[in-house]
Amino acid sequence: MITKTVKIINKAGLHTRPAATIVKFASKYSCEFFIQKDGININGKSIIGVMTLAAEMDSELTLTFDGKDEVEACEEIVSFFERGFDE
Amino acid sequence: MMKTFDEIFENAENIITGIAAAPGLVIAKAYKFIKEELEVNGQKITNIKQALTDLDEAITRSKKELNKILNLARDIMGDKRAIIFEAQMMILDDPILLGTIKRRIEYEKMLPEFIVNDEISKYQKLMFQAHEAYMSERAHDIEDIKNRIIRNLQNKRWKSKIIQDVIVVSKTLTPADTILFSKSNTKGFVIDHGGLTSHAAIISRSLNIPAVVGTHNSTLLINDGDELVVDGFHGCILVNPTKRQCNFFNIKIKHLKKLQKSLEELKDKKAETTDGKIIELLANVDVTGEIDIAKTSGAQGIGLYRSEQIFAEMGDLASEEEQTKIYSKLASRMYPQMVTIRALDIGGDKFNFSGISEPNPFLGLRGIRLLLANESLFKSQIRAVLRASKNKNVQFMLPMISSLEEVRKSKRLIDECKKELKKAKEKFDNNIKIGIMVEVPSTALLAKEFADEVDFLSIGTNDLIQYLVAVDRGNDLVSDLYREFHPAVLKTLKIIIDGAKISNKNVSLCGEMAADTLAIPLLIGLGLETLSISPSTITYVKKIIRSISYLKSKKLADECLTFTTSQEITSRIEKFFVDNSIKRTRNII
Repeated sequence: MITKTVKIINKAGLHTRPAATIVKFASKYSCEFFIQKDGININGKSIIGVMTLAAEMDSELTLTFDGKDEVEACEEIVSFFERGFDE
Repeated sequence: MMKTFDEIFENAENIITGIAAAPGLVIAKAYKFIKEELEVNGQKITNIKQALTDLDEAITRSKKELNKILNLARDIMGDKRAIIFEAQMMILDDPILLGTIKRRIEYEKMLPEFIVNDEISKYQKLMFQAHEAYMSERAHDIEDIKNRIIRNLQNKRWKSKIIQDVIVVSKTLTPADTILFSKSNTKGFVIDHGGLTSHAAIISRSLNIPAVVGTHNSTLLINDGDELVVDGFHGCILVNPTKRQCNFFNIKIKHLKKLQKSLEELKDKKAETTDGKIIELLANVDVTGEIDIAKTSGAQGIGLYRSEQIFAEMGDLASEEEQTKIYSKLASRMYPQMVTIRALDIGGDKFNFSGISEPNPFLGLRGIRLLLANESLFKSQIRAVLRASKNKNVQFMLPMISSLEEVRKSKRLIDECKKELKKAKEKFDNNIKIGIMVEVPSTALLAKEFADEVDFLSIGTNDLIQYLVAVDRGNDLVSDLYREFHPAVLKTLKIIIDGAKISNKNVSLCGEMAADTLAIPLLIGLGLETLSISPSTITYVKKIIRSISYLKSKKLADECLTFTTSQEITSRIEKFFVDNSIKRTRNII
């Protein structure tokens, strides 16, 4: 299991477009993927779940990956956060 | 002695009154059609397997609908804003959400709509709790998809529940509902909302089903299974009629049948005034089944084919091939008579399937505006219409035209389509006539200038009057201000008719105004030579035309043009009917 803390760096926060992209990335992998914020734990493969996260710029999220392809999944998704969702 | 309608209605304690929307008399059982959006039914179920299949079907159906919307949204709003719909699409595939819903259906044994509502609402609640403003907006977006799934689940339940041979009692009916009922041999409609020109009224007239609308509280006063008399001539309903009332109406129904038979004899006769002026009567057609009624009514062609009904029936946007098939069938059924196909007229109150909500839809993206904003959709229809025109009996009509630029742009697109079809070696009528609906005051005022650029004009009175007097005909609070005999309406009709004549182009009228037999002498007197009406009213209108003189009608119209109130105009026309002893159908049965 890998746990990583990421920070939202783009202005618009975790809006619908990046939320959709994260879910699309996560669905490619077989490992479990959860996003934690303010005590709420959301399954990262569920778009409706990720959309309930109100994550503004500068807020922090904890990502957990668990499964055989967890390293690859973590790499792709964390780098998407680090790139500011390519915006 | 035989009682009169007045006597029967006067003493009746079981009467409900409304607006006579479609002629006819019928006695049958009531079926209450209650369609409360999101009144989710929390009943227990026994057949889990069926419930899961229902859910799958509703999801598939929702995806299909949403996919069309998504494409349309991308065209109109661009990829960026279309993301809302893309996210909705992903929700329909959300493995966590769907997994939970399915498990809960199996475990809790409740109707899928209940579980869907409960489960998605949980997420919405979380969104509403967030402090950020955009989160509550997001919750509203989720509401859309939730409603879509639930509607598709409920539609299926409704469809399986509809019984045959009943009178449908409802608060409102959408065009799609009305079509749904027409397929189960519905005997009559009683609708609380709406007026003469509501869609329920128009469609029931075209399907020849008696209807009373604007009854306000019939859904409260009538119970499922009550026996009802519906009088579509006088706009009255009797609930659980007494023996005497029943006898009275049974006799009247017999009279009516006899009268209709005698009207049938008019079928092959011309609509000719007593002084020899011939009026062309065409049919407005909504649904494919209506072509038969149009054929038997003696219509001389189809003056208005409302193509949006194809989409309403199919529930989504039809492809070019599907459309070509339908239009070609229509054209060959009517051959050698002409068929005028109106381009897709959605927006406003009609089929807001795009899911885009506008603050003021009647002044928004509707008719030609929506088509020009969505070229691929428009061109697929143009090509389908062209392909159906190969026997040279098809015309094409553009709705909601408000500027000449729209006409020119549309004609350019039509030319492009012709080139494409030539390249593909498809046959079509290269000289197909292109006309416009005159239903916006700006176009009415410039009728001559528009007529110079097109082949024909067709006056759509429903919208024209609504825009002229600034009244939403579907709004009960102001619908009494919607007046067909407003002096401004008359003046405007005259401008349009005269403009077309100066430009030497055909002008017809295809609004519901022509279905009101009271308006006939006036319209003929104003110089109209072509009327397009619901097939079921053709023989009634023909009967009126055959009993009036054109010269007298012209005098009537000239006189009415000098009046300044609707009241004066209406009284003058009523006097015309009395003076010339013309009887309206409702007075002779």
